[in-house]
Amino acid sequence: MGVLKEEVINETTINKSQYSPIKEFWKNWKRQKVAFSASLFVLLLIIIAFVGPYITPYDPYEPNYNSILQGPSSSHLAGTDEYGRDIFSRLIYGTRISLSVSFISVFFGAVVGTILGLISGFFGGFLDRIIMRSSDVMFAFPDIILAIAIIAILGPGLVNVVIAIAVFTVPSFARLIRGATLEVKETVFVEAARSMGAKKTRIIYKHIFPETFSSLMVFFTMRIGTAILAAASLSFLGLGASPGTPDWGAMLTMGRDYLGTSSHVVIMPGIAIFLTVLAFNLVGDGLRDVLDPKTKNH
Amino acid sequence: MEDIILKVEQLQTDFQKDNQRIRILNGVSFHISKGEILGLVGESGCGKSLTSLSIMRLFKGTSGEISGGNIFFRDEDITKVTENQMRKIRGKQIAMIFQEPMTSLNPVMKIGEQLMEPIRIHLGYNNKRAKQHAVQMLTKVGIPRSNEIMNEFPHQLSGGMRQRVMIAIAMSCNPDVLIADEPTTALDVTIQAQILDLMRKLQKEENMSMLLITHDLGVVAEMCDRVVVMYAGRVVEEASVHDLFQSPLHPYTRGLIGSVPKIGQKKDRLESIAGRVPDPSNMPKGCKFAPRCSDATAECHEKEPSMLEVEKNRYCSCWLYDKGRSLISG
Repeated sequence: MGVLKEEVINETTINKSQYSPIKEFWKNWKRQKVAFSASLFVLLLIIIAFVGPYITPYDPYEPNYNSILQGPSSSHLAGTDEYGRDIFSRLIYGTRISLSVSFISVFFGAVVGTILGLISGFFGGFLDRIIMRSSDVMFAFPDIILAIAIIAILGPGLVNVVIAIAVFTVPSFARLIRGATLEVKETVFVEAARSMGAKKTRIIYKHIFPETFSSLMVFFTMRIGTAILAAASLSFLGLGASPGTPDWGAMLTMGRDYLGTSSHVVIMPGIAIFLTVLAFNLVGDGLRDVLDPKTKNH
Repeated sequence: MEDIILKVEQLQTDFQKDNQRIRILNGVSFHISKGEILGLVGESGCGKSLTSLSIMRLFKGTSGEISGGNIFFRDEDITKVTENQMRKIRGKQIAMIFQEPMTSLNPVMKIGEQLMEPIRIHLGYNNKRAKQHAVQMLTKVGIPRSNEIMNEFPHQLSGGMRQRVMIAIAMSCNPDVLIADEPTTALDVTIQAQILDLMRKLQKEENMSMLLITHDLGVVAEMCDRVVVMYAGRVVEEASVHDLFQSPLHPYTRGLIGSVPKIGQKKDRLESIAGRVPDPSNMPKGCKFAPRCSDATAECHEKEPSMLEVEKNRYCSCWLYDKGRSLISG
């Protein structure tokens, strides 16, 4: 019996040695029930964004004057709008616009913000002061006001919405990464890396950046929710997608006039925005619990 | 023992605090010969670690600055070389092991990656060769199943294993001098002995010089050939390890050795040196140890003693041993 037990112990230690961070993450991720379901929804949205145009029951641009402002039915799952266009098909098209606008804008904002944050945190001094004071100035404006100002300069359109959101995303990433960098910079392993003769750029890239990556992932996901909301708001204000485009925000604006008579025109895109933003935020929360538990209370 | 590889001369290191320059190291001098283990001992805060950081010039980003003195590595004064040249020396010629094996490895990088880092930087090996070399180093420092360890993360290893990995990293480019800053302080006693054995074995094999920084006199007695005792940013005594333990000269050294508990001694309280290390911004006039010294005279409080060769190869800075003065004459 004793021998048997020992063998079992040996086997478990061998299994344990095949540690993989991805497996570990997956194990913890499955435990986050809410976030896990939300991530399935996000996955569904991403699939829809890719295959959307091939699965829509109707052409989202094609007007049909025989069925204007009809409520949800079996033939039009989400009803039709004032031109008789199928709202469900338009929502599916809109998924692609919303996700790509938010993803691209947050991506560029994050790249620039991360680089600035790393520089600011690692080198400190004059550069740090310039970068942080500039982001303080940007923080002084509410995001949407800043975005409106940028679009006022560049002119309306989806590309400019991307630029505007990217710009107001930069300072928050810069500040987050700067904080993380300051912390990691002081650790012994960074000093150990320097004592081995590693270059500064190498230390930043190989030692500091990976350390900030988990906070980065969490914040990235959270910011996508914010960006979707911002993009929809800008479109709603007529600064983003042009009125005919099946963009969720633009659909809200168009439907506003019919709110009293056929409220589904507004409610359906509203629900789409709500669910998407909620899902991204839940995924972000879950990621934080799994990847970055120490920032939980911040 | 005449082949001097590292020579520190009158080293002064300053820090800036509240717009005030504070001299932490004041005239530290010592040398290490080829194949020699030099111990650097002293209380916390006496400048041991700062000496090692000054040699490596690792205080960029803090206000630390070498303000005087020279550090000769072979024949080159490394206080004068550029940061780029310094980077080629770090890790390749002078390598360092830190106190905390728990924090000196990057927690999100595989052991292999970290081990291959200096190999790639300094030896310019390609991936395959670097990997072979890394596995060899792990085997050399006595890590079993070194092939698997390469793909593991630091948190999967114990403290002793991590310190072995740190030693492997430090030794990977075959440095001439290894600076070990309290390499065993964070480890438990049995592991300490293993790590010390390993370090001595590798040191002998490679005929490497070593600067061992510690406050553990037991470690010094076991490992070192010569010892430098530091107090308040100055060297107060330098002697061979045998002489130092046999007949410590400086009152501070005597106090240090006296405060080590002895087996069989029946005593309720441990011996200690009264008082504490003086604040660097508010140093006493005269001998820095005088306020804590039982043999201090009026002269000690007035003038700082200089380094004297009391006997052959025994140096001490204390008024007690100044020429023409007999011991404890007042």
